[in-house]
Amino acid sequence: MGGVTMPSGKKPKLAVWKFASCDGCQLTLLDCEDELLALAEAVEIAYFPEASRAVVKGPYDISLVEGSITTPHDAERIHAVRRMSKCLVTIGACATAGGIQALRNFKDVKEFVSVVYATPAYIEVLAKSTPIADHVFVDYELRGCPISKVQLIELLGALLCGRKPNIPTYSVCIECKRRGIVCLTVAKDMPCLGPVTQAGCGAVCPGLDRGCYGCFGPKETPNTNSMSTIWATLGVSRADLTRAFRGFNAYAEPFRRESTAHEQK
Amino acid sequence: MSVTGANRVSATVVIERAAFPQLLDALKTARYKLLGPKLVNGAIVYEELAGAGELPAGWAEDQMPGVYKLKRRIDEALFGYTVGPHSWKKFLHPAVAVLWQATKNAKGFDLAAPPIRAQKLALLGVRPCDLHAISILDTVLGRGPYKDPVWAALRKGVFVLAVNCVEPGGTCFCASMNTGPRASFGFDIALTEVVEAERHFFVATAGTERGSAMLEKTPHRPARPDELDRADQLLANAASKMGRKLDTTGLKELLYRNHEHPRWDNVAGRCLSCASCTMVCPTCFCTTVEDTTDVTGRHAARVRKWDSCFTLAFSFIHGGPIRASVRARYRHWLTHKFATWLDQFGTFGCVGCGRCITWCPAGIDVTEEIGAIRHTESAKSRKEAS
Repeated sequence: MGGVTMPSGKKPKLAVWKFASCDGCQLTLLDCEDELLALAEAVEIAYFPEASRAVVKGPYDISLVEGSITTPHDAERIHAVRRMSKCLVTIGACATAGGIQALRNFKDVKEFVSVVYATPAYIEVLAKSTPIADHVFVDYELRGCPISKVQLIELLGALLCGRKPNIPTYSVCIECKRRGIVCLTVAKDMPCLGPVTQAGCGAVCPGLDRGCYGCFGPKETPNTNSMSTIWATLGVSRADLTRAFRGFNAYAEPFRRESTAHEQK
Repeated sequence: MSVTGANRVSATVVIERAAFPQLLDALKTARYKLLGPKLVNGAIVYEELAGAGELPAGWAEDQMPGVYKLKRRIDEALFGYTVGPHSWKKFLHPAVAVLWQATKNAKGFDLAAPPIRAQKLALLGVRPCDLHAISILDTVLGRGPYKDPVWAALRKGVFVLAVNCVEPGGTCFCASMNTGPRASFGFDIALTEVVEAERHFFVATAGTERGSAMLEKTPHRPARPDELDRADQLLANAASKMGRKLDTTGLKELLYRNHEHPRWDNVAGRCLSCASCTMVCPTCFCTTVEDTTDVTGRHAARVRKWDSCFTLAFSFIHGGPIRASVRARYRHWLTHKFATWLDQFGTFGCVGCGRCITWCPAGIDVTEEIGAIRHTESAKSRKEAS
């Protein structure tokens, strides 16, 4: 792991890759309006099909990887991406946890295929949707559905000058309190996943009077069991607890375990 | 507890409710930024006030472990609530502070520290527990050879309007910590609000010359003995109405003896390590610094942010975090507040405001946790004696 400090005068080459995903995280890069020109100055955008058809051949200094691995073909392709990338960064809940499509991991995918597709025989799909880190070594992860623009710029800024990126792994509560947001669970009996969810979004939902949906995935040492106890006292049923932990990060281990614990057989 | 500033108490006076806004107007005229309680989105929080009209007249709250609920009072008391969710720390020790910024130039780089304050602050409605908290932070951040410049700049010249506590909340235990319900130091003016069927007035005492000067600008008259008695009675009642109690006898030694108590495992089962307790604590002062650069590499900044001993990064050194388990982190925090703080700074680190109890989503109660440890120990010694 480390930066991508370049010999003077040479710009680092940036590639953006897509696996099973909705493209929302890649769009975050294009959404960096104020910083986009500066970024284009600082790096050579070498491979980014979402933005440009022009392709500069690898290897690449920084690869941003969006999406999860869901097909045998992608399970091969990610190794090729890794081989071409000096620093590989996974972006978003799909790439870091398997995404919303990992809901199928709790069911039999063959059944879905037989119901959804006219000719199931043409569909080649893996039984589970898995994060990139299950397949190759990942240098950095950016959480979220979608990722935070601020964190993306922070990470790129850090890589470009070879410093440690500030990507905290603590709870959303810390961001809420720093912003002076009054706790929704305590003051309004509102179920909120903030205490078990990793910071990074800047407490977007609590700031708009909505409980946290957990889209940044489990924080460091999450106590999901205690979280469920609190939700239960707020009147949340076990079925709804399962649903709450089965969001964009359903297959992140702590959330997977907690949702399964409340599953009605 | 050390006394902050000179404490010249002049005669105690009475300000009628109708005249009270003029006190805030006088502060405003003296160019203070008014910071005080205000009803915002379901809670009474400390924010900038335009004047007395924004005070939460007639509002109060119920506070219990993990529960805060606003409610209407039967009267129109201006300070009839207990304490807000966030302490005054947010104004004097801000959650995020840019320490310096650097910009590349032809020769190297220009360094600049952003100005810390534009306007002097008046804190309105500071409870005695929070006065103690400010004094504790004066000791931690404002004294010795390494004063914190941010604290020093924001703290300097702050006008403190204390309001004695006649409505302790369900999670309060200032009487146990000897920090309330009556303000004894650290204020420019201290008020006791008295609301009766026919009358609504404030008993006011100046603690400083500045305070006296502000009282001079507000219509007032000397307090009558019956008015003083009424205020005293309210405060005596308040002391007996604390929602929580904590026996502080030999507390430091109790905690040092019980470093391996099974209760720490029990609390770790409930603790979310979300850090809410430390964020709302009026004396938790820990911060981290983040060094940032932009994508151009031409601008850099060092930003200080509130941190918490409940995070893994807090105790991370070469090889990993020292306090990896939640048990170790909770024990560290509680032991600091009630034991090691005494060794370090000469007082408890807790003022009994109850915020950590109310704002813990899991409703973990420090007084209950300590009580459980004390109880098992005394049960054990009783057993051994018999």
